[in-house]
Amino acid sequence: MSAVTKSTVTTAKPVTKMKSRSQGQEAWRRLKKNKGAMLGLAFLILLVVVAIISGYIFDYETDVIGINPAEKLQKPSAQHWFGTDNLGRDIFARVLYGSRYSLVIGVGSVFIGLVIGVLCGALAGYYGGMVDQVVMRINDMLYAVPNIMIAVVIVSLFGTSTFNLLLSLCVTVATAFTRIARASVMTIRQQEFVEAAYAMGLPTWKVIFKHILPNCLSPIIVQATLSIGTTIINASSLSFLGIGIPSPAPEWGAMLSEGRNFIRNSGYICVIPGLAIMFTVLALNLLGDGVRDALDPKLKK
Amino acid sequence: MGRYLLKRLLLMIPVVLITSLVIYGAMNLTGGDPALALAPDNATEAQVEMIREELGLNDPFIVRYLKYMGGMLKGDLGTSYVTNKDVFKTYMQRLPNTLELGCASVFVAVLIAIPLGIYTAINQNTWKDNVGMVFALFGVSMPNFWLGLMLVLLFSLRLHWLPSSGRNGLASLILPALTVGMGLAALITRTTRSSMLDVLRQDYMRTARAKGADERRVIFRHGLKNALIPIITVIGMQLSNVLTGSVLAETVFAWPGVGRLIFDSISKRDTPMVTGCIILSCVLMSLVNVLVDVLYAFFDPRIKAQYVRRER
Repeated sequence: MSAVTKSTVTTAKPVTKMKSRSQGQEAWRRLKKNKGAMLGLAFLILLVVVAIISGYIFDYETDVIGINPAEKLQKPSAQHWFGTDNLGRDIFARVLYGSRYSLVIGVGSVFIGLVIGVLCGALAGYYGGMVDQVVMRINDMLYAVPNIMIAVVIVSLFGTSTFNLLLSLCVTVATAFTRIARASVMTIRQQEFVEAAYAMGLPTWKVIFKHILPNCLSPIIVQATLSIGTTIINASSLSFLGIGIPSPAPEWGAMLSEGRNFIRNSGYICVIPGLAIMFTVLALNLLGDGVRDALDPKLKK
Repeated sequence: MGRYLLKRLLLMIPVVLITSLVIYGAMNLTGGDPALALAPDNATEAQVEMIREELGLNDPFIVRYLKYMGGMLKGDLGTSYVTNKDVFKTYMQRLPNTLELGCASVFVAVLIAIPLGIYTAINQNTWKDNVGMVFALFGVSMPNFWLGLMLVLLFSLRLHWLPSSGRNGLASLILPALTVGMGLAALITRTTRSSMLDVLRQDYMRTARAKGADERRVIFRHGLKNALIPIITVIGMQLSNVLTGSVLAETVFAWPGVGRLIFDSISKRDTPMVTGCIILSCVLMSLVNVLVDVLYAFFDPRIKAQYVRRER
């Protein structure tokens, strides 16, 4: 008997040493191998750095929104890398500063949407029955309306402000998270460890938050990364329609909306802010796809 | 099948009821006072009151809602506060434009996406696959209205090939349809690819090849036909979305469609117009969804058999 335990201990030791990585470390190791995801991550880190330092190197009142008619509609040059707009504002400074809006709105509304959506989805999936019916029918209704229209209705009814923009965008985000959380909770609810947690006498909320939700994290993380991209596009679309971030703030969609009037002679005004949106969202999508493959290698095949 | 269709059509009634209540309620609760907005600037309080009385704004909400719904049963969706025109007629004037743009863009999307999806699936994990997937990735990452602006910049302002705005014949349809279509194509490509990948691995594909069927026949008759259901689902979803109007593309190209009509009416707090248009769009979307269900049965004998069995 003792010989058996001894031999298992000795053979088990090197094995545990080799596989001592946690699930997160394992996923990160896989993610590091994905060139696209790393490229996306690098771009996003750069963007965050730009967003932070642009507040220090540019003075908002003079560099970003200060009007300078003498230099209006200048083509890209050594002095103004991306040219100037119709009010003589440097587009380079405005695009860099604009990253702050997109990042804050993207991350902010996805965070609010995630909290609301996961909560609703977890309750619907856990309790089932009436709760599930009510939550999911409301969700279906919101899902059927194109997401831009939901946002348009909310913003025009409550007025244009950054907070209302966040609110209107997070509705769409929340519906996606509700679906995902509900589906994962429903599958995990049946498993033995949940029953065990119950048997130990834990209260329901603790079972949901400590035992069920941590096990649904992967699809939620993936959805969060991808949602930030969609939300950034939606936010700039609303600004383009004139009901997002009010001018003169250098939000990328708002810059496109203003630049549109000068597209005939100064096409460059409309190019750069769009590229900024596209590369940001592209980076988020690359990272999101990478994270999905890293968290669930089975899916890749 | 007939009974099922009837059931689906009857299900539209609660949808219309709930949507109308939500939209009418939201517009009324937060819409401000339309009478004040309509009255001329120098109107006296009595004149404003008269307008209010005329529009029936002094009645309690529930009375107004019931009156509105009563009118709807008779086919009367009310008149616009702003233009004083019949809501139904205004919507119907815009609808052909939206249908035209919607169908054209779905057509463009299908034309790009399905061949690309099949091609990338057949060449899975090769550089051809990667190029196709990068294309799709760019497609979902690009803001639609920006793509529209770039197309205008290139094809109308640089090359002078196509008109940049308005609705005037086939030439003016090309750029808007490309703009909306490219956005849709990205998602359809991804769906087609993953659905085809599932099917390509099935045993009957090997059987078909073993029988000696040529590759083209294997891919299209045995492969694509079985992969179609998810693809039709995505196309149907996008078609019903496009029918509420693509407000962004309509804005870029000054296309007189339903999306812009709804957007403008919301900004002007034109309650009857907004409610009417959204209800009509809802009905239209439900009809498209029913149509998609019928298409399932048309393309997939297994689903058709279910309907037939149920009716027996």
